[in-house]
Amino acid sequence: MSIDATSRPALDDDRLRGLLRAVTTRLMEKRSAAIADVPEWERLRDRARAIKRDALGSLGRHLVEFEYHVTASGGTVHWAADAGEACRVVEKIAADNRVRGVVKSKSMMSEEIGLNTFLEQAGLKVVETDFGEYIIQVAGERPSHIIAPAIHKSRADVGRLFTEKFGAAYTEEPDELAARARDVLRDEFCNARMGITGANFGVAATGTIVIVENEGNARMCTTLPPVHVALMGIEKVVPAIEDLAVFLTLLARNATGQAMTSYVSFITGPRRRGDRSGPEQLHVVLIDNGRTRMLADPVLRDVLACIRCGACQNTCPVYRNIGGHSYGGVYAGPIGSLLGPGLEPRTSPPDLPFVSTLCGACAEVCPVKIDIPNALLYLRQAAMAGRTLKRLPHRRAQRLGLRAWALTMAGPRRYAVASRALRLVLRAFTRGGRVPRLPAPLDGWTQVRDFPMPARQMFRQMIERGPNGRRE
Amino acid sequence: MRVSIFITCLVDQFHPEVGQAMLAVLDRVGIGYDFPRGQTCCGQPAFNSGCRAEATRVARHFVTAFAGSETIVAPSGSCTEMVKKYVPSLFAQGSPEREEAEAVAGRVREFSDFLVNVVKVVDVGARFPHRLTYHDSCHLLRGLGIRREPRALLAAVRDASVVDLPASDSCCGFGGTFAVKYPAISGEMGREKLQHAMQTGAEYLVACDTGCLMHLRGMIAREDLPLRAVHLAEVLAQT
Repeated sequence: MSIDATSRPALDDDRLRGLLRAVTTRLMEKRSAAIADVPEWERLRDRARAIKRDALGSLGRHLVEFEYHVTASGGTVHWAADAGEACRVVEKIAADNRVRGVVKSKSMMSEEIGLNTFLEQAGLKVVETDFGEYIIQVAGERPSHIIAPAIHKSRADVGRLFTEKFGAAYTEEPDELAARARDVLRDEFCNARMGITGANFGVAATGTIVIVENEGNARMCTTLPPVHVALMGIEKVVPAIEDLAVFLTLLARNATGQAMTSYVSFITGPRRRGDRSGPEQLHVVLIDNGRTRMLADPVLRDVLACIRCGACQNTCPVYRNIGGHSYGGVYAGPIGSLLGPGLEPRTSPPDLPFVSTLCGACAEVCPVKIDIPNALLYLRQAAMAGRTLKRLPHRRAQRLGLRAWALTMAGPRRYAVASRALRLVLRAFTRGGRVPRLPAPLDGWTQVRDFPMPARQMFRQMIERGPNGRRE
Repeated sequence: MRVSIFITCLVDQFHPEVGQAMLAVLDRVGIGYDFPRGQTCCGQPAFNSGCRAEATRVARHFVTAFAGSETIVAPSGSCTEMVKKYVPSLFAQGSPEREEAEAVAGRVREFSDFLVNVVKVVDVGARFPHRLTYHDSCHLLRGLGIRREPRALLAAVRDASVVDLPASDSCCGFGGTFAVKYPAISGEMGREKLQHAMQTGAEYLVACDTGCLMHLRGMIAREDLPLRAVHLAEVLAQT
């Protein structure tokens, strides 16, 4: 289905649009205020981009170094080529440790590989512990934003959901709702034998994984259960611990407008002798799932620099109106329109790269300066050339139309003839001084707006005859 | 000084009054002009649709049509950006075509940029006793970095009161073929832009791109709003 179709329910939902606009606007305002405090902001962006580019340029070496240091500090590294393998690795770790219940902190990677469904089918109980993710799990939905998974739910929605699912008295007070979740989650944390997290960064030189969060739930997932499994995309590796000074300055400010999130966990190996807390085992699952394919692509490799701040979603006028679920994939918004075709070419909606006005607002806020509009253009070319796994609907017809258009535009005489023909057609569709409806392929235009009336004369005719015109 | 007019296909076909207004302003500031007859379009519709070969065909024609021009002035940010940034990239590095395209790209200026930075004029002698607000077209703003120039020109218009548009730099929803392929999304974006304009109490919403204007005018007509969307040149032409 095209995004024109999948976005219609969202566009008809005034409540949803109100929520999206309000939350994304607030995040962008907080971002602006936060970056105003950092005079070297632009230089930091350049630096972040350079670090990521270099790291991706010698990714193999960094990953091996990362593996070496994780292992040296007592952890175990697993390599997974795709989603299925990653899920099986996690299931095996669970089985080896007789784990029945798992607590999870927020991880887009786990969404990407469909981990929850997989583990549940294997008979495990999986509990999301990030409040937003918990709401989504209780509702049986999917996250619609990279950092604010329940952005599409209002307080009242959550109040009703909790009342419906838990039978408690209705409230929409955030504190009370959070307290309800906390009651449930506290027991889960204490009983779970395995904690699963993502990883925002992995440091090659030290084998450290870095987890950025605000609720402390990831800290609980990595300290209370005896087994910690961290899911990490292979592109998340950075060379040195000093590099984090750049990324941590950028990430929270760009994402939520915070100078720093409430919790930043640096995890190097499992619990050591003398440590007062921490898991007995640390497993890092390094997941490819399409990333080396993107790395081999001259344009999409840049997209791997993404640090998942979500700012491109917040600023995108399309995302702000249609929300994350309309995009039909794990990642939504501008970055989703690149990650979808890059990571999930078999399932990603083929018209994703076209759902953008190329306005460039996303590139302006991207902390690692990914040229998103340019990458979208590149994917459009691939789609129109038929080089994509999923074929773009009406591709041939569109191409044929544009070929005819190009032929017309490349010859002034043909242009003149076509201009006359266009005028005749428009006159035929003029009703009471307006052009309210046109047939395909311009019917989309007149769905929401009038088409301009044919001018009495074209500009080129005026300039030859009109009072202002001068002959060449 | 003499310039060549690149009128753009949209102005040529649908909004010739914008072109006439631009000529009136050029006349007033003493700039002569010619109109290279062979011109049609810059190729942007095909380029943005992912049809590189078709875009190249039209771009090649564009470069030929303007090969003899010294300075090229266009009433559109996005067409100017296309010629400046993307047309050269369509031809192989080091080829004679690439060189010609780069030469033409270096000579094209958007209308407000030309007035303020080349002619070095902000007061073009316009008078327009109305309340105005200005929308930043995406490619003009983010592609060419032109934010100050149109505002400076409007600020010098006699009897006009210019008010700030909330979220003036957010996209209006035109996006070329996007407007046709995703009408509901495009329409919602346009509605948000027009709501912001109405909030300011402005009678006129001013922009520098006929693409945005064609979309916004169409929506204003459809929804019968008490607002007019006009090109900067149309305001500057008023006396």
